[in-house]
Amino acid sequence: MVNTAQSNLQLMRKLFVISLAMFGFGFALIPFYQKICEVTGVNRLLKQDEVANTQVDTARFVTIEFDSNLRSALPWTFRPLQTSARIHPGELTTVMYEIRNNSTRAITGQAIPSYGPQFADRFFKKIDCFCFTQQTLQPGESRQMPVVFVIESGLPQNINTITLSYSFFEVEGTAKKAG
Amino acid sequence: MEAASHAKATHDHAHSHDDHAHHPSGLMRWVTTTNHKDIGTLYLFFSMTMFFIGGLLAFGIRAELFQPGLQYWEPEFFNELTTMHGLIMVFGAIMPAFVGFANWQIPLMIGAPDMAFARMNNWSFWLLPPAAILLVASFFVPGGAPAAGWTIYAPLSTQMGPGMDLGIFALHIMGASSIMGSINIVTTILNMRAPGMTLMKMPLFVWTWLITAYLLIAVMPVLAGAITMVLTDRHFGTNFFNAAGGGDPVMFQHIFWFFGHPEVYIMILPAFGIVSQVIPTFARKPLFGYASMVYATSSIAILSFIVWAHHMFTTGMPAAGQLFFMFATMLIAVPTGVKVFNWIATMWKGSMTFETPMLFAIGFIFVFSMGGFTGLILAITPVDIQLQDTYYVVAHFHYVLVAGSLYAIFSGAYFWLPKWTGHMYSETLGKWHFWLSLIFFNVTFFPMHFLGLAGMPRRIPDYALQFADFNMLATIGALGFGLSQLLFVAAVIKCIRGGEKAPANPWEGADTLEWTHLPSPPPYHSFETPPVVK
Ligand code: HEM
Ligand SMILES: [Cu+2]
Repeated sequence: MVNTAQSNLQLMRKLFVISLAMFGFGFALIPFYQKICEVTGVNRLLKQDEVANTQVDTARFVTIEFDSNLRSALPWTFRPLQTSARIHPGELTTVMYEIRNNSTRAITGQAIPSYGPQFADRFFKKIDCFCFTQQTLQPGESRQMPVVFVIESGLPQNINTITLSYSFFEVEGTAKKAG
Repeated sequence: MEAASHAKATHDHAHSHDDHAHHPSGLMRWVTTTNHKDIGTLYLFFSMTMFFIGGLLAFGIRAELFQPGLQYWEPEFFNELTTMHGLIMVFGAIMPAFVGFANWQIPLMIGAPDMAFARMNNWSFWLLPPAAILLVASFFVPGGAPAAGWTIYAPLSTQMGPGMDLGIFALHIMGASSIMGSINIVTTILNMRAPGMTLMKMPLFVWTWLITAYLLIAVMPVLAGAITMVLTDRHFGTNFFNAAGGGDPVMFQHIFWFFGHPEVYIMILPAFGIVSQVIPTFARKPLFGYASMVYATSSIAILSFIVWAHHMFTTGMPAAGQLFFMFATMLIAVPTGVKVFNWIATMWKGSMTFETPMLFAIGFIFVFSMGGFTGLILAITPVDIQLQDTYYVVAHFHYVLVAGSLYAIFSGAYFWLPKWTGHMYSETLGKWHFWLSLIFFNVTFFPMHFLGLAGMPRRIPDYALQFADFNMLATIGALGFGLSQLLFVAAVIKCIRGGEKAPANPWEGADTLEWTHLPSPPPYHSFETPPVVK
């Protein structure tokens, strides 16, 4: 009987360690999924895109709307210098955004883009973007930053408007590194 | 095939040490008990209570959907109802019921004197009532109960009021209870079997629980991790699921369903186990394909880890991912089909009788299989993209969870009540309970297939006029189904109070240790000297 009790305890310890490990595994899934997304090219919002075909489709117009958001705690001003642009698919376009640090401390921020409609991201190729790097602003500093992009001509015919929206969030402290 | 049929009833355990049971009486007996039978009973009553609370919420849902338009509740409260109904039924009713069966039956079926860790067993149970109170109390805090659906998807769950925190704590506690219970079950099964009871002689119910317990140990901590992340996103400024902060709300779905899909098998494997005990008993034939049942159960468990994204076909996965998860999901239907085949083959040319446990088991096979088929349809990605978040999904999972898990629980309850109480249950009540449940279940849930195919979304308190007739029918069915369950309560109470005395083995075809070696009811301490299984 002593033997059973001992081996019971041993087994319990093992199973308990497994469950702890699985708790850790839950958290490990985050970098794991991020890696998968990176490798398979899903969700690559913060990387430079390659543009295969730069044929400009002059017969067609697409309206791009520019939007900007701040995570509530970030004491910045953030706005696009133009609210929209009417362009041809395949045409290289540059728009400027402006950020200003209204606080008395230096703050680093990271912008995350999103698209409406969501699947437009497949055709929205960013060649340069302030979101590829983190931005650090000294107190009171302001900066104008470009986004250079091409809309691929494969964009489905029924889409005439795409909204490009950025959210800036603070990097320091508890904010995780964007991936 | 089952071990005990070969075991000779060498000695009579009825007189074994019954006298040294000097446990406290009254309420304290139940609070302090470390006896697997007491704890099993506690689990079962807890589960029954939660079943009726969850049922009440379900009726709140159906009442609102009786007619189009907003009748009784604000839409926000309707969302609380669907969320809490799901959480309570999954974590409060179905899972604890199976743990209750495990507590009662595993030691009896493998010839062990008790569970391996009796004190921890007491803790596993007594964590549940506080968790349930937390969960239900969330209705009364500002902002109300969690309303993000039982899947508590971010970003909804990272934004709601304090009710969500209560819900998360409750889930943490229930998860801890499940993990402790599972460790106990695995240890009991692996270390405490009677001499001669090799793994491949174990009754199938024990096998299915062994595998389920492993699944629980593997995935409950992942759920705990997911909801911990929600909690820290809510209060400690992390950004696991916050897109604006560099996180990703879809990540929550991945982590949740990594738990969630194995979880649905956690709720069905023990049901397979119960049905695999009941069918051979009333067909008076050994289970067909015992070994293949064991392998099928194990492969279902393993496959359940690689299909989670079939809940996420509409999140914009790459085509390769969609294809992988589609085929992996369909693959699960193979071992499931093996099981259904084996049950039918067991009944084939058996001398069957149709007592209540058998009726529920056969009802299980028929109606559960329909749920399996709708699952297969949902596994087809292009179809699922149409049907995701419609009533078709609601129909699917109620066919597998109510007609599957719940029917198996009823089947097992009627099957073992004579053993547990020492009295036969009322066959009349049982049969009424079965037939009414079967009819009203289908009246409630069958129309939901049509509603889903026609595009009615789930979790919405109002609907377009063309859905009115089927919804009215479903609500009538739900009322009938709910009321029919009172017959079960009546049957249980009647059986505990008295009734025809049950012999040690009231079922001709039953051959596991609890029937062949123990009287009904079994003594408070059974198998203190292990039986010898040949
Ligand atoms: C042949 C086996 C099965 C297959 C192929 C299958 C497939 C699926 C698929 C593809 C979905 C996702 C539907 C959607 O949201 O669009 C689903 C949902 C679901 N299934 Fe199954 N399933 C099977 C068996 C089961 C079993 C045995 C259970 C539980 C006992 C179960 C419980 C559920 C639940 C609860 C959901 C809905 C989750 C939610 O969104 O709330 N399924 N199933
Ligand atoms: Cu699933």
